[in-house]
Amino acid sequence: MGWSNRTALLAFVAAVIATPFVFPDFYYKLNTVGIYTLIAIGLCLLLGYAGQISLGHAAFFAIGAYTSGILTTHFEWSPFLAVFPAIAIAVVVAVLVGLPALKLHGHYLAMATLAFGEIVHKILTAWIDVTGGPNGLISVPLWKVGDFKLKYFGTEREAFYIVWGAVIVGLVVALHVVHSRVGRALRSIHDGEEAARSLGVASSGYKVKVFVLSAVYASVAGTLYIHIKGSVTPEVGSVDLSILFIIMVIVGGMRNIWGAVLGAIVMGIIEEWLNDMGMIEDWLIVMGMSKEWLSEPQKWRLVIYGLILGSMMMFIPQGVLPAVRQGLGFLWRKVLKRRVKEAVDA
Amino acid sequence: MEHITITNLLQWIATGLAIGCIYAMVAVGFNIIYNATGIINLAQGEFVMLGSLITVSAYDNWGFPLPLAVLAAVVIVGAVGVGFERIAIRPVRKPTVLILIIITIAGSYFFRGAALNIWGEGVYKIGQFFGETPIRLGGVTIRNQVPVIFVALIFVAVALGLFFGRTMTGKAMRASSYNRTAARLVGVNPGNMVMLAFGISAGIAGLAGAVMVPITQAQYDSGPMLALKGFAAAVLGGLGNNVAAVVAGLLLGVLEELSSGCISSSYKDPIALGLMLVVLFFRPSGLFGRKDLSKLSEF
Repeated sequence: MGWSNRTALLAFVAAVIATPFVFPDFYYKLNTVGIYTLIAIGLCLLLGYAGQISLGHAAFFAIGAYTSGILTTHFEWSPFLAVFPAIAIAVVVAVLVGLPALKLHGHYLAMATLAFGEIVHKILTAWIDVTGGPNGLISVPLWKVGDFKLKYFGTEREAFYIVWGAVIVGLVVALHVVHSRVGRALRSIHDGEEAARSLGVASSGYKVKVFVLSAVYASVAGTLYIHIKGSVTPEVGSVDLSILFIIMVIVGGMRNIWGAVLGAIVMGIIEEWLNDMGMIEDWLIVMGMSKEWLSEPQKWRLVIYGLILGSMMMFIPQGVLPAVRQGLGFLWRKVLKRRVKEAVDA
Repeated sequence: MEHITITNLLQWIATGLAIGCIYAMVAVGFNIIYNATGIINLAQGEFVMLGSLITVSAYDNWGFPLPLAVLAAVVIVGAVGVGFERIAIRPVRKPTVLILIIITIAGSYFFRGAALNIWGEGVYKIGQFFGETPIRLGGVTIRNQVPVIFVALIFVAVALGLFFGRTMTGKAMRASSYNRTAARLVGVNPGNMVMLAFGISAGIAGLAGAVMVPITQAQYDSGPMLALKGFAAAVLGGLGNNVAAVVAGLLLGVLEELSSGCISSSYKDPIALGLMLVVLFFRPSGLFGRKDLSKLSEF
């Protein structure tokens, strides 16, 4: 980690600590955004650094959520213990799927992971005895320390700090991975697998390892999620959610962990915004428009995501963060530098 | 779960063949774009969904006679395919596989969202084309629509065979998929061929959507599952091979109905998709393909 990452990390920690005080009416809605961010960081390692797509990552999120949900409701485990089997199952599944799947390239990998995600989603819906079927699990115990429970939609700041604390830990781990030998190996695989192999990078091993690591991120996020929310439905494993994770990583800029964080926060807030009628109406009134103009924001969600994703890929495939950086650099070189020089000369 | 008897087995096979025809048509749609460009169009299922919903609207709301309603679905969805290629695929500056996959995902989101806004969340269907009296063959009951779907599939297969084998345009398309530069040297414009491929593929999807809607019904979000099953059929056959895709589509349909009858209908999708994964993992060139034929495409 260089100094710029350290500075950014410090700023990020400060922002996390400050948010509940700056936005006291709003911050608890960012709990979901934090959970998305954790998954996006893991997925960024896979998609952005190793260049391998997974259209089924919500499956690992669901595996984490359901494993600890079932252990805590049916077998009365503590959520703190249930994290470990949840991680273990995600690792086993990720190895079993990743070993053969990551031998595939391009479209084959995309479709294989998509099919894997859909299989998990359908099994969660169909295996009623264990998963509760389409209704999912309800009254799952919440995180509890002593008599103290962490609620999802409460105004308590603890849930917010737990979720974002996990994001910070995930971020530190990911930054260390990226700036290690492993990170360099992954980038070499992205830029040219054949060339990387010829230089002695064991590409398939690295690819499976990073797939497993990103599955662990998603599984931990699933465990965090279910014990804050108290319930879960098979929709946490839907392809729709997998693709939302991909959108998050891509919007911010997939070749940079910070890009994934930015993308997850931006897209997460948009997602929450589209899911929340009241907030949309408030905004419309602020902008001086009638409520009826956008009476059902959910209806526009797919169109908006399609347009965001499509235009990103067509015009700034590198993502928002690098694009902004390039734009600023361009501005600096072309305009400001000359002005400064003129000013100095004068 | 029903008892496994000969009659039941035959019934499941008959139903499976009908569903298989639809998968086969979706698979052929995948193949045409794949052959022309090396892209798997993840919005293919949405084209089928649009075909179904347009047929319903044209027949029920615009008062079109049935053949004209089907034609409207083919033409409109075909035009949507052409428009998609021109607006979203062609202007891409650096067409890597990852970027193209994501653009077709974006397309599928956009079309699904557009359908949601036009048709709402309702489930739509129209009556079978030739009345509701089922055909009885021994103990097996076949729905009236099944022969229609079968004829549509045969029509698509024969028409494509003639198009790619006999016409100048079809040969030009094949030429530009084998070697873009060489095709350009003999006066073929590969860009137009890609656009044509999207148009034909979407048109076939529109036709599939139109003939299947009396049986399967249609909703704004029925696309992704159709796309996955169609892709499964295309992979089972070996990506790019249309004849094999038809056989594989029928096989997949039958297998799905059999597993639904013998095991449980809620596990039919995991079984079909699991089979696709096994084939992808262990025989990526398809059930009928030779190993050396799985070539790397241009993109």
